[in-house]
Amino acid sequence: MSNLLLVAIGAALVNNVVLSQFLGLCPFLGVSKKVETAGGMGAAVIFVITIASAVTYFVYAGILVPFHLEYLQTIAFILVIAALVQFVEMFLKKSMPALYESLGVYLPLITTNCAVLGVALNNVQYDYNFITSVVNGFGVAVGFTIAIVILAGIREKLEYNNIPESFKGMPITLVTAGLMAIAFFGFSGII
Amino acid sequence: MKSNPIERLINGIVKENPTFVLMLGMCPTLAVTTSAINGAGMGLSTTAVLMFSNLIIGLMRNIIPDRVRIPGYIVIIASLVTVVQFLLQGYVPSLNASLGIYIPLIVVNCIILGRAESFASKNGAVLSFFDGVGMGLGFTIALTVIGAFRELLGAGTIFGTKIMPAAYEPITIFILAPGAFFVLACLVAVQNKVRNKKPKKAGEPQASGCGDCASCGNGACGSRFFDNSVDDK
Repeated sequence: MSNLLLVAIGAALVNNVVLSQFLGLCPFLGVSKKVETAGGMGAAVIFVITIASAVTYFVYAGILVPFHLEYLQTIAFILVIAALVQFVEMFLKKSMPALYESLGVYLPLITTNCAVLGVALNNVQYDYNFITSVVNGFGVAVGFTIAIVILAGIREKLEYNNIPESFKGMPITLVTAGLMAIAFFGFSGII
Repeated sequence: MKSNPIERLINGIVKENPTFVLMLGMCPTLAVTTSAINGAGMGLSTTAVLMFSNLIIGLMRNIIPDRVRIPGYIVIIASLVTVVQFLLQGYVPSLNASLGIYIPLIVVNCIILGRAESFASKNGAVLSFFDGVGMGLGFTIALTVIGAFRELLGAGTIFGTKIMPAAYEPITIFILAPGAFFVLACLVAVQNKVRNKKPKKAGEPQASGCGDCASCGNGACGSRFFDNSVDDK
């Protein structure tokens, strides 16, 4: 149990997926203008990554390993993830329209979020079992959400600041992200 | 559409440089540029995938049905990435070890799917091939430059050769994660400065280096999935 907690905290804070591993940077920089949309994106990512870690575990352990097809993992995982996102979208639309409304636009964007594929590949690389894979996926996604919501909060405040002309927009966002990355280094002591 | 291979090459390297102008493929850009050699290795691997994916998609663009084109492209790209991964494992295991998980992640690099969708699906194989080479080289140059900066500041070397005098104390943070953000921020700011000085021509693509570019780059890939999913219903 404490082992699982370590995995979750490690994935969420210490090895934060965006700030120390640079996965999922596109949505991190692109969808972080408002706290609300950032939160929506984060929720969609938590949802998809947790399910994707479970499904890719079964695909890997149940299909690829018995048939000695481990080298097909990249192709298999990306197809599974793309299909999964479509499936989740259809399922939500049918059975949970309220949730679908709030996550709607972010779901298709997640296919190109490299964090999803990254988590699946990492789970295989570290030889995690089923439970650990799911917990790791959930932790990574929570870490993503924390980072993107904080960045969005800072960017909302930045609107009112006087920024040098050349640094407006992208560069100042990158500097902010860099400072956040330094702050997140502080967590490396807790494990 | 211009039909000159040379023009395509220059377009990819200068005018539509995928990293500095289009702001695509940020994940590998920041993650693997801890040294110039890693940046160059990642850039060349991506170039290899990009030129062959463009070539194959250019050849097959009339065979692949429109409705399933995105999954089709992804399978082609993923197969090429697997081939590249095997080649790296076999011939340059050290580079493969230092790039690690980012090699399979070339699959989800926006540049590749973006070029497949916006160029290779509309143009012939030869032209698409050169477009892939140009874009790939532009990406490689950008990654090598960022890698060289970070290596110089963070370790005092470029391509492993000592450049800085012995008295120079390396600023280690530049080869750690935050340094990646700072270096890219400064390079984009410098580019903005140069761009702002030039008189702006009407209709010129304005890469103001804004967050919008990242989001439209992202949207460029993402919205296509979205469009596709809309078509399916």
